[in-house]
Amino acid sequence: MRVLIPTLLDRYTEGERELQGAGGTVGEVLADLEARFPGIRFRLVDEHDRIRKHIHVFVGRELAPDLASPVRAEDTVKIVGALSGG
Amino acid sequence: MSEVQPEVTLLIGTRKGAWIVRSSGGRQAWATAGPFHLGATVHHLVLDPRDRTTLLLAARTGHLGPTVFRSRDWGETWEEAARPPAFAPPVGDAPPRAVNHVFWLTPGHASEPDTWYAGSSPSGLFRSEDGGSTWSEVEGFNQHPERPAWTGADDGGTPDGPKLHSILVDPRDARHLYLGLSSGGVFESLDRGASWTPLNKGIAADFLPEGQHEYGHDPHCVVLHPQAPDRLYQQNHCGIYRLDRPGDTWIRIGDAMPREVGDVGFAIDVDPRDPDTAFVFPMDGTDVWPRISPGGSPAVYRTRDAGASWTRCAAGFPAEQAWLAIKRQGMAVDAADPLGIYLGTTHGSVWASLDGGDSWAEVVRHLPHIYSLEAVPCGS
Repeated sequence: MRVLIPTLLDRYTEGERELQGAGGTVGEVLADLEARFPGIRFRLVDEHDRIRKHIHVFVGRELAPDLASPVRAEDTVKIVGALSGG
Repeated sequence: MSEVQPEVTLLIGTRKGAWIVRSSGGRQAWATAGPFHLGATVHHLVLDPRDRTTLLLAARTGHLGPTVFRSRDWGETWEEAARPPAFAPPVGDAPPRAVNHVFWLTPGHASEPDTWYAGSSPSGLFRSEDGGSTWSEVEGFNQHPERPAWTGADDGGTPDGPKLHSILVDPRDARHLYLGLSSGGVFESLDRGASWTPLNKGIAADFLPEGQHEYGHDPHCVVLHPQAPDRLYQQNHCGIYRLDRPGDTWIRIGDAMPREVGDVGFAIDVDPRDPDTAFVFPMDGTDVWPRISPGGSPAVYRTRDAGASWTRCAAGFPAEQAWLAIKRQGMAVDAADPLGIYLGTTHGSVWASLDGGDSWAEVVRHLPHIYSLEAVPCGS
């Protein structure tokens, strides 16, 4: 599937903003990213496997509530930094 | 005969990144380099005094999780920790704890060149034994059965989260550690963190029921004198204190401050050559939490007699309508003679005294809100 990376994370992906990902859940997609781009997962997910408060992961048009959320090969997974203010 | 002019490098962590400021001409000119990690909140940027090369930086952003970066080329390149500080899964019914930000970094003892300590928010203690790449919990603190009582609620106390700060390593003994909890007090370990004991006798806590309390206090900053490590000073939410070990009762030396100024503040530091000389930057502790220079008239107060008396050092600061604030990591001293003292303000300025506190000048301005400031011998 397509995985869209926000600018705040593209230093992990050597500037790549769109990647091909793999996995059947959000957790598996992030594990796949971590294997290729070490360090990226902990910036998105805390030590208890909770998606961080100001990170949104969309699968298609749906906001994934947790790492168990299913992902299909034809989906686009979009990772977003969701924080307003300065 | 020409003398070698002392130079200093300031390591500045701000709400929006880090900067490195170097002096030249004998601390007369200041050149700013950076930003490093623009956009990240940098709570602490620390040079390893054991190799004078390695920088460790504690960073997080509004979105992303907390981490630690290391540079061995003065910020040209940064390497992220392979395993940043993180809490272990909870035991039993305890709620899971997650590191919100790494707040404090302390190099380990000189005999342990790869050891670093980190303090987090919510309050947790971590140690790296490989130069800051992989971090583990200091279980003797984080898993201590009394730890939940010592640290209080993970979302309580300090406005942006309770913090473990002021990790102090006795230069005579790598096993002897102190730490401060913004919601909890001062604690001591004699066994490299395996066990801990509260060290808060004599400290006021006007936000607790009347009487003495073993813990639950609010130290803002604790320092240990490098040449006289049995001498500690503490700027607390409830006053300024001194402790001379092996005694265990703090003395409120802030009682000698002018009553109209009070003895509330955040930072405190010492003259590294004189254990009787310490510096504070009083902030208004009255009313509804102003926490800025009392009366809009900023000044450092200096004691040269271990707190028996204090001298107001205001020359160079604006006399009125100057509402400065510095955070607990916002004061630093260099090792030069005469002593340099530096204040990093929440306005993004650095005020410096190059004469032991007698006079002050703004030497850096227009940075973001400063969280931390360290002064080190001039780096390349």
